[in-house]
Parts: sequence; structure tokens; C-alpha cells
Amino acid sequence: MAEVVLETHGLTMRFGGVVASNNVDFKLRARELRCLIGPNGAGKSTFFKCVTGLQTPTEGEVYMRGIETTHWMPHQIASLGVGIKTQTPNVMDSLSVFENIWLAARRFHDVQEANLKTQEIIERLALGSIARDDLGRLAHGERQRVELGLVAVGDPWLVLLDEPAAGMSAEDVERMTGIIHELNKTAAIIIVEHDMQFIRSIADMVTVFHQGEVLMEDHVDRVMSDPTVRNVYLGKKN
Amino acid sequence: MQGSLSKDAITTILVTAVLIWVMPLMIGTYTLTVLIVYGMLGLSLGLIWGFGGILCFGQAAFFGLGAYTYAIAAINIGESTVPMILAVLVPAVFAALLGAMMFYGRLNDVYLGVITLVVTLILFKFINSTAGPQYVIGTARLGGFNGIPGFQTLNIPGRPDDYIWGDSYFYVCAVLLGAVYFLVSALLRSSFGRVAVGIRENETRMSLMGYDVRIRKTVLFAAGAAIAGLAGALFANWAEIVTPSLFSLGQSAEIIIWCIVGGLGTRFGPVLGAAGLAYLKFLLGQQSIIDNTLITGLILVLFVLFLPKGVVPALAGLWKVSFGRRPLGRIHQQRRMRNRERQNG
Repeated sequence: MAEVVLETHGLTMRFGGVVASNNVDFKLRARELRCLIGPNGAGKSTFFKCVTGLQTPTEGEVYMRGIETTHWMPHQIASLGVGIKTQTPNVMDSLSVFENIWLAARRFHDVQEANLKTQEIIERLALGSIARDDLGRLAHGERQRVELGLVAVGDPWLVLLDEPAAGMSAEDVERMTGIIHELNKTAAIIIVEHDMQFIRSIADMVTVFHQGEVLMEDHVDRVMSDPTVRNVYLGKKN
Repeated sequence: MQGSLSKDAITTILVTAVLIWVMPLMIGTYTLTVLIVYGMLGLSLGLIWGFGGILCFGQAAFFGLGAYTYAIAAINIGESTVPMILAVLVPAVFAALLGAMMFYGRLNDVYLGVITLVVTLILFKFINSTAGPQYVIGTARLGGFNGIPGFQTLNIPGRPDDYIWGDSYFYVCAVLLGAVYFLVSALLRSSFGRVAVGIRENETRMSLMGYDVRIRKTVLFAAGAAIAGLAGALFANWAEIVTPSLFSLGQSAEIIIWCIVGGLGTRFGPVLGAAGLAYLKFLLGQQSIIDNTLITGLILVLFVLFLPKGVVPALAGLWKVSFGRRPLGRIHQQRRMRNRERQNG
């Protein structure tokens, strides 16, 4: 069996009286691709933020490749080789596509190699025609693609993506799917997503969150046909 | 940043040469010297605010600290070389400690501004209240609101009796400004500088890419303070007295106005803004009809309303429009129209 690359034990996050994430036990193995789904307020994004260091959990532990990272900051977690993409495009708007990706590459490579890596990613993600354009001027789909480039250029072994297909055209989603599959050849991936069509096209295993807890964890087809999931997530009754 | 470091070096040498040979034909070297010092002070804030996104309301604190460090050390040592070095190091170390406290404490934006402002006020109040004879460092009395006069001014290193003053002092200041400008350019072209710009643009993203934002901001903050400290020491040598007014809020506010008017996010903008507005203040000081702070305030309001990016970015934009490349879209459109006309006979 493949190595466990991400593990949480009893992960709990409280905001005053609200329990956003409640005692979540989670495991992800190397090169696995897992989608986290659930209705709004189910605790997916809170779980994502606790794992990426954007929030410190109230209780519980997070382990990455056996190292406890519960109280680590985002830059420490990213330095382990974890690629993170947040819900809204989180990029440097007044810098060009090249500069954005170069900055991500420079963190893990020397100047010369960072230049080569940046060029390689620009070609891989078909960003050549807009490489010198400022990100602030690009369309939403292009910005999402560039942010995926920031994640990919560090050769991560774990990738955490929060709603990568949000607000994208069908063509962009298709391209994004290809890029994620490419990344999945070397990295385990967690995707927090709402778009069921996108989830069906990309994932085998799905974890369903509901009221801060893990409701179900199974193959995408079984999850979609499960009456409880349909009830809480899709709002349908049997 | 576009272009190369060697291009920067050539530009810096040319501008410094013009400054040294042409400017004295228009303005006296005594006035020019203080304009250069203010230019350096403007550059110090331009570096940390324009390229690091750190809005410091207390740049005057580092300027004053540099001036006082020089004066105190010069009285105790009796020679200017070590005091000049200390005037750079002391503000840098002070800023590193203050910066570490703020950035590791995750303070940003308005809180950072408030803390730097308060630190400046504390230093101003403290120095003002040191008039008593008990406030002595070595043989130097702090002097309270009267300040510290009569210290050893700049001399040739190792020769305390060979003073550098008058025109020679102007040349030294001009060359030092050129050197600092080049060092700032080199810093901004380095990976550190490019990362600093990334942090200015999006701190969270840089952190998610694995950069420790806190240490980088602290280092940049200290670098800005070191430059302000050097400017403070040069000012002390020019004025031959240091007073608590160096730490005043008015001084802090002026530095911010220089940067806004000159152009944030550029290296030359803050230097130009500082020298230009300081010279205007000097000219206005020769008359008594209008208060010069009113004029400075009016200039700031006009710039914020009509030229928010400042003089240098506006001039650069004008240059690009006049002599730069035409937008491709327009060329293609013209070509398409010509082809259509040809087809239609």
C-alpha cells in the first residue's frame, strides 16, 4: 500500500460556539486524488485551512509524511513540498505571468533553474501567448491556470486545491482537468469542489462533509447514489 | 524591473555626474547638499514602502537616530569614520528589532503605521526631555530641546584635522547618493528584491509559495532604516547641530508626501519628490505671505486627486505614449482596414 502523505486525527476547529470542523479523522495516500464535497458550511474549507496552516485548529493533529504540522505556518508547510491553491485566484496582479511563476520556482530552485522551470511550466500550461501580460488584465480562467502553474512549478508531492474549477468555462475546465491529471502522476491531490460534473470527471474517491464531520468516504458513484448524501448535499429525499 | 544592472550603473553614474557638474550652476552647493540628503531619506522610504509595501510613519525616527548616533559618537571618538558607520548600524539594528516585533507579531497596514508613529513620538518626547546634566553618553550631553552642537564633522578617514566641508562635502554627498541608489537598484534586481515586490503584491500568496514573509520584511525594513540613518548622519554634518525636531511628526509626514508626489514604486521618484519639495519649501521660506506647510498640503491634495501615481510614473507613461511601441491592436486594425480598402478597389 502507498505511503500515507496526509493524516489528521480528531481535527476540530471552533469559532466561539460554532464548531466548523468536528473531530475529523482523514487519511490520504501518495498519488491519490480525493475530492472533498459537502453543502455550504459543511466544514470543507475550514478543514482545508487547518491543513494548509491558514488557520490553527483548536484540537487535533495534522501529519504530513509523518511530520506533525498542526501549528506550522503556511510557508513552512509549503516548504515541505506542498502546493496550495486557495478558493479565489490568489496571485500577484501587477506582475506578469512569467514573474508570478518565476517567484514560485525561485523558492525551490536557483536562478538559472528557476528560469528554465518557469519556461517549462508556461509551455505545459499553454500560457506562452500571455507570458508577459500582467495578471490583473487576464480572464478568470487564465488566472486560475496561472495559479495552478504556481503550484506545479515547485514539483509538489501533495497538492491542495480549493475550488479550482470555480467560475471557469467548459473549455477551461477541460484543460484544468488535464493539468490536474498530469500533476496526479507524481503528487497526491485534495480538491475541495462543488461542481459535480467536474468531480465525476476527475475523482474516484470522495469524502463528504456535513456539519463539520465526515459523513461518508467512498467511490464517487456510490457516494452520488447514497440516499443520505443525496438528502444532505443535493437536497433530495428518497 | 526591466533592463540590466550594468544599465543601472551607467545611468547612476551619468545622473550623479550631471548632479555634480550641472546642478551647482543653478543652485548653491550648500542648499544642494541638503536636497541630496533629503533625496536619500526619500529613497529610504521609497524602498520599503514602494517596493516592500511597508508604510512606515516613522522614517524620521531612523533619520534622527542616525543623526544623534553620529553626533554622540563623534564627540566621544573625535573622528568621523566610526561614527558614520555607527550612524548606519544603530538605526538598522533598532529597525530590525522593531520590525521583528511587528512582523513576527503579524502586524500590518494601519497597526504598523500607528506603531512606527508612536515610536517616533516616544523618541521625540524622550530626546526633548534630556536637557538635564544627568543625560550624558560618554562625554556627550544629549542637550534636550537645545540639541547637540559642536561635534566633530566629516573628516578624511584617519585624519581628524582634515575636514571635508563646503563644495567637497557636496561631492561626497552626491557620490554617496549615487552609491546608495545603485545599491538599492542591485537589491531590487536580486531575488530578494523580486520576492519583496511579490510580498508587496500578495503576502498570502508568497507565504503559500513557501516564503517566510516576516524575515524578508524585517530585513527590508532594516535596510531602509540604514539608508535613513546614513542620511541623518550626513544631515548632522551639514547642519553641525542635531535637535529633537529631526524626530518630529512633521518630518515624518513630509517624507511620505515626498514619496507620493515623486512616485511610489519607482527608485527615482522619491529622490525627485524629496529634492523638489524641499527646494520649494526653501524658496517659500524666503517669503512671509503664505505659510509653506499650506503649499505642501495643497500640492499633496492636488497630486492625490489628479496625479495619484506621482511625477515619475506620469512622465514615464507620457514617454511611453509618445515614443514607445504602438499598441498591436491598433496596428492590426489599420492593416485590416488597408487590406479591406485594397480588396474593395
